[in-house]
Amino acid sequence: MMEEKELLPHLFRTEYSKITAVLCKLLGFEHLDIAEDIASETFLSASELWGLKGLPENPAAWLYTVAKNKAKNHLKHRAVFQQKVSVQLSQAATSEVPEIDLSVQNIKDSQLQMMFAVCHPAISIESQIGLALRVLCGFGIEEIADAFLTSKDTINKRLLRAKEKLREENIAIAFPDAAQIPGRLEAVLRTLYLLFNEGYFSASHDHSLRKDLCLEAMRLTFLLTENEATDTPAVNALIALMSFQASRFEARTDDSGDTVLYDDQDTSLWDEDLVQQGQFFLNKASEGTTASKYHFEAGIAYWHTIKTDTREKWENILQLYNHLLTVEYSPIAALNRTYALSRANGKEVALQEAKKLSLNDHYQYHLLLGELYTGIDNRSACSALERALALSHSSADKKIISQKIQQLTGND
Amino acid sequence: MKNFLFLYRADFSLAAQRSPEEMQANTKKWMDWIGGIAAQNKLADRGNRLEQTGMVIRPNNVVTDGPFTEIKETLGGYTVIQANSLEEAAELAKGCPVLAVGGNVEIREISVL
Repeated sequence: MMEEKELLPHLFRTEYSKITAVLCKLLGFEHLDIAEDIASETFLSASELWGLKGLPENPAAWLYTVAKNKAKNHLKHRAVFQQKVSVQLSQAATSEVPEIDLSVQNIKDSQLQMMFAVCHPAISIESQIGLALRVLCGFGIEEIADAFLTSKDTINKRLLRAKEKLREENIAIAFPDAAQIPGRLEAVLRTLYLLFNEGYFSASHDHSLRKDLCLEAMRLTFLLTENEATDTPAVNALIALMSFQASRFEARTDDSGDTVLYDDQDTSLWDEDLVQQGQFFLNKASEGTTASKYHFEAGIAYWHTIKTDTREKWENILQLYNHLLTVEYSPIAALNRTYALSRANGKEVALQEAKKLSLNDHYQYHLLLGELYTGIDNRSACSALERALALSHSSADKKIISQKIQQLTGND
Repeated sequence: MKNFLFLYRADFSLAAQRSPEEMQANTKKWMDWIGGIAAQNKLADRGNRLEQTGMVIRPNNVVTDGPFTEIKETLGGYTVIQANSLEEAAELAKGCPVLAVGGNVEIREISVL
């Protein structure tokens, strides 16, 4: 049984967003703040009462009951207020308080609909991620600020603007029309993909916070697979990608929080269950006829879960990067593709291609050059690594690059 | 940046005689080449292959069937790339696998209507 001290934060993480989503759907998006307030007050009551009287038998059900009562009270007050202010609207006088449905199904539906509302193209991608973390994942403002490596003030302002914008746009908490789902779903997937990456690649040193970001992104993507209308090949490919990546989460950092590179990872720390989960969803993703960028990325991530280095592995990774790049260019994909090229076709070929990339401003570009020159021209390798060191920002990156330089000069 | 159309011409009747292994090796060559252009962020549209069957319609309802056996080189596919100049586009075309089988790449700047 979970300790009382741990239980409330745990429940907050899992139940806050459910209560907020259901209430917000009931009250309308323009009253998101009220829904959040009611959810917060519910947890405040819990922390006060549970400390005095001990834990209720079913804590989640207790929270739902209290939230329902608080919401009902709010609706009654609102009805009385409206009657008094607008007496002429006498027929609205017998306003009944609607039933507040906190069933599993309605919670899932509300959260999905909330996901579509929050991941709306009317607001910036940073706002979408921030709002998703706050409203759909129950993250505190401070945690969001930590994840983005910015101040609470910045996050507060960003969320406030985003909410205002969504109110102005009259965003409804509802499923988009069938015809609109593909386009809107694409926006949702992009946000979830970036939310996961924020956790996986963030420079933040808070290991558990980063892991929470990844798990929340996976939970929300998983919600999409549970609904027939949103259980598309691309959604399955995305959750496969996340599962494969997350399988290496524990192996990627050492006890002191430093990054451990792929080649140096202790493979016994790779999570076999997550690898299998990824394979399950990747198979499901292949049932359609279309291949999204998530399919190619999931395929690349799949090959990275295979421990043995073979020619076949790198040839497959190279071809998947070739395909990914024809769908969507990104500097990181271009660099990784060139690395895969070196493993599949040889360093000399890759070096020729690397020189055509014009990504001189990226420290990863010089890191790649350093890798490719190593063994061919160690002096050039060294100066490329020095350039990478000068261009890199995070202390974790600087540490790794310095180690590489030491290895190289030590070997001479 | 301007867009350029790459048109690939070769005697594609030879392609039909290839073994599965040769076909796979050929696909790899093409994908590695296209991937290299895409990695430079110079691919606008990866384009498509063209089937070797087709028709040509001429004035007065004159219709000729493909394949066009009277010409050794047939159009086999196209790609749209981005480059600053015709010279840069030509440089990109130099690695095209079609050249290794005696074919050619015609490069045409796309004039946007």
